[in-house]
Amino acid sequence: MAESILRIENFTMHYITKAGEVSAVDNVDLEIRKGESLGLVGESGCGKTSLAISIMKLLPENAVIKGGHIYFDGTDLVPLSEDEMRRFRWRRISMIFQAAMNSLNPVYKVSDQIIEAMETHFGNIDYSEAREKVANLFRLVGLDPKFMDQYPHEYSGGMRQRAVIAMALACEPDLIIADEPTTALDVIVQDNILRELKALQEKLGTTMIYISHDIAVIAEVSHRIGIMYAGKLVELASSEEIFHHPIHPYTAGLMSAFPSIVGPKRELATIPGEPPDLLNPPSGCRFHPRCQYATKICREEEPEFKDYGSGHMASCWNPLGG
Amino acid sequence: MSETLVRVENLCKYFPLTRGLFRRVNLFVYAVDNVNFTIKRGESLGLVGESGSGKTTTGKLLVRLLEPTSGRILMNMDGEEVDISTLKGERLKRFRRHVQMIFQDPYESLNPRFTVFDTVAEPLVVQGIGDVLEREERVAQMLALVGLTPPSSFLFRFPHELSGGQRQRVAIARALIIEPSFVVADEPTSMLDVSIRTGIMYLMLDLAERLGVTYLYITHDLAVARYMSSRLAVIYLGKIVEMGETEELLQRPLHPYTRALISAVPIPDPRYKRPIPEIKGAISEPINPPPTCRFLDRCLRATKICEDSPHPPLEDKGGGHYVACYMV
Amino acid sequence: MEEKTKVITKPKVEVILEEEERKRLKAMPLWRVRLYLAWREIYNNWRLFSENKIGLVGLGIIVFYAIMAIAHPILMKWVWDPNIYDPIIGYSYDEVLQPAPPSLRHPLGTDPLGRDVLSQLMYSTRSEFALGILAAIITVTIGTTIGAVAAYFGGIIDTLLMRLADLIIMLPFVTILIVLSALFKMNLIILAIVIGILSGFGGTGIVIKAQALTIKVRAYIEAAKVSGGSNWHIIFRHIIPNLMPLSFLYMMFSVTSAIFSEAVLSFFGLLNIRMSWGLMIHTAQTAGYLLNPRTWWLIVPAGLSITLLCSAFYLVGRALDEIVNPRLRKR
Repeated sequence: MAESILRIENFTMHYITKAGEVSAVDNVDLEIRKGESLGLVGESGCGKTSLAISIMKLLPENAVIKGGHIYFDGTDLVPLSEDEMRRFRWRRISMIFQAAMNSLNPVYKVSDQIIEAMETHFGNIDYSEAREKVANLFRLVGLDPKFMDQYPHEYSGGMRQRAVIAMALACEPDLIIADEPTTALDVIVQDNILRELKALQEKLGTTMIYISHDIAVIAEVSHRIGIMYAGKLVELASSEEIFHHPIHPYTAGLMSAFPSIVGPKRELATIPGEPPDLLNPPSGCRFHPRCQYATKICREEEPEFKDYGSGHMASCWNPLGG
Repeated sequence: MSETLVRVENLCKYFPLTRGLFRRVNLFVYAVDNVNFTIKRGESLGLVGESGSGKTTTGKLLVRLLEPTSGRILMNMDGEEVDISTLKGERLKRFRRHVQMIFQDPYESLNPRFTVFDTVAEPLVVQGIGDVLEREERVAQMLALVGLTPPSSFLFRFPHELSGGQRQRVAIARALIIEPSFVVADEPTSMLDVSIRTGIMYLMLDLAERLGVTYLYITHDLAVARYMSSRLAVIYLGKIVEMGETEELLQRPLHPYTRALISAVPIPDPRYKRPIPEIKGAISEPINPPPTCRFLDRCLRATKICEDSPHPPLEDKGGGHYVACYMV
Repeated sequence: MEEKTKVITKPKVEVILEEEERKRLKAMPLWRVRLYLAWREIYNNWRLFSENKIGLVGLGIIVFYAIMAIAHPILMKWVWDPNIYDPIIGYSYDEVLQPAPPSLRHPLGTDPLGRDVLSQLMYSTRSEFALGILAAIITVTIGTTIGAVAAYFGGIIDTLLMRLADLIIMLPFVTILIVLSALFKMNLIILAIVIGILSGFGGTGIVIKAQALTIKVRAYIEAAKVSGGSNWHIIFRHIIPNLMPLSFLYMMFSVTSAIFSEAVLSFFGLLNIRMSWGLMIHTAQTAGYLLNPRTWWLIVPAGLSITLLCSAFYLVGRALDEIVNPRLRKR
């Protein structure tokens, strides 16, 4: 069993707004092993991005960590100061943001930006050595190094995304968090980038957390998948298990709501209602207002996140398949 | 009655590129280039393509938000076939009763200062239909029809008080309230959450059947297109490269681009191993393109014939399955 | 000719609304709902506005002066003897030397012509407000319409309007006013109209046009076109209502500009009015008391009032700015 590189224990985070406290992430338990690729799936407002920025401690001013621990390679990141966190951020954990195009500074050459990122964390490096590294990184992500010295606006969408991936890799991190890196891209470019990411991961042994609302994409890149709903982690299992033996009704609903171009044209599931308002989340199990299997206890008590065998975790009072 | 409702002939839309202050260089973006297709009454045609393919431009041409550079768009209105591409004034306004559009962004397609009632009633107001009381009644009925019940609690809400799915339902109510025979839906579900998406998809299918509406469903998502359309047309750089029955196209794609597109779509099943898309290079903008096949620089199967001949014509390869390729 | 369909054609699908629903709909007549919604919007805006201290200070000053304006006719009718306190033709016999310093009888003293300064101050407040608001309304009406039209139609109409605006901006505002008043004697109403026209066709139009351009490309405009909306329908029903917050904001700045311009012109004695704050300073100047610190009451109250009222509207404008701008971007 490979050792765990990231262990999230009972982590809770809220946003303070004028209207009240938004329970964005609630009591999440998650463990990721070294070299693994974990997919986090959920719809808007489920807390997946909030969890990601919590790991990176890139929280906005109105965010407050209410409790829990995030152990990265043994060190709890939660109580760390900004200075201490800097040793981890970008050096050992890096993040690819949604709409990554905006992470690139338009007035600097792409190569210079990557070199700057490297300098911040490796200290002074020999310039020509750095450029050599950038060229290698470019080749790694499928970009021709001849584009190295151009500016971001001269790149296409797909190229910019790869450049941002290259930048995330520049400091050779142990963990990369990719937040919807291919959402805005066309399907053929997306296919390319997904293949690159998988190949890179295998080659470098980097641990990856892949966040998306698109379960098809997650199915392709992840070994294990975590399903998030309304700030809670409701199910966690291998890809195979999640797709073919889901335990939580939301997971099952999500899987059957996704159309596919292969296989028979089966009827798609609709999940009635809307994702809940996190200012006043539903009592008990947060999914109960929309769940067709909800019973009295679902409305009253939150189910425990427990193991249903071989690491397949879920929190439900009426799990599917008994 | 499967009569033809829409017939598009040699439709072209070229956008000029202006360089510099007043100099107009002779460069045009061939956004839609000689597109031909027909849509029968009651059916739903899916127009599939990536960004920059010309699918949205085609949609806008069909609702006359844009005027074609050349070509004809013939629509069967009240038994008469009319070329809508040149309509003006009063006739154009009357045409608008027959064709409506549902937009992609549920946040942007509603005026933030309009109540739901104002938004849905607008087509009636603009077309001079009914008086205030009748409109209120009709709007309430429409809201019930799209699943916003009870209507009275939604009538006077503002867009910022609604969720994305609810807004899109309002947009659908607005499009259907004047009972158009043809609706162009431009990626209406791509900005919605998955669990909401299926609800909207089924609503649209249900309403199509009940109200007898014909759709042009524009999308980049092949999986969604599979469910929403009985026929598919694949568009690449302004040209339709393949067209046919949906299942037929997905099972037996003939054009190399369609094949690449299909193999690039991620499958929501970890057991499924899909092939590597047979395509090279990247999509570009069709600016004054050469007369050869538009897919030439990305095709792995191209031969000398392809390099020497003009863009292949769209031909029926049997059973209504059209392909524009020399290698098939 | 537009054929007005009196009866809606029978819908292909009968949707039966339940009796409960019908009753509920009947109980909500349209005009009542709109009134309620308008009230709710005003209330919410007030809540947002009152969080801003700066805005409240400005508003407080405006209210203070408004009370002064209202109080004056009451004082004139019930408290003060018009022979003495009339701001234009009164004369204070009790003082030997005019201008007289502040005393119990004349809290702000008298001017060189023996008229009570406080009375003058209060009397002028009315016209200052009237001028400011009239000018602001004209400015904003013109500016909004121009901005919307220029943005929507583009092309040659846009070019012409923008070149006109450039021309007006290039010319120094106050100088133009001075020249105009030399050509014909202006009273407050004419001044308000002139200021309104100059500002409206000038800078305000450009700013509002920029905002209108962002609205023009929104999807709901396209939706309105697809429904069959004519150009004017789109401009007046969609674009201009969405410009209103910005217009309202600019009204505040217009008031400031108008009051100040009037003060300058009055100071030079170029306006055909009987009493205003600027005129009070002018009177002091022509009598030779302008720079005399011993007769401070001739200048300070009027000057301070001009400054305070102008600043007050500006502060309210700044507070509104913080509400209007993020809200315009709000989803």
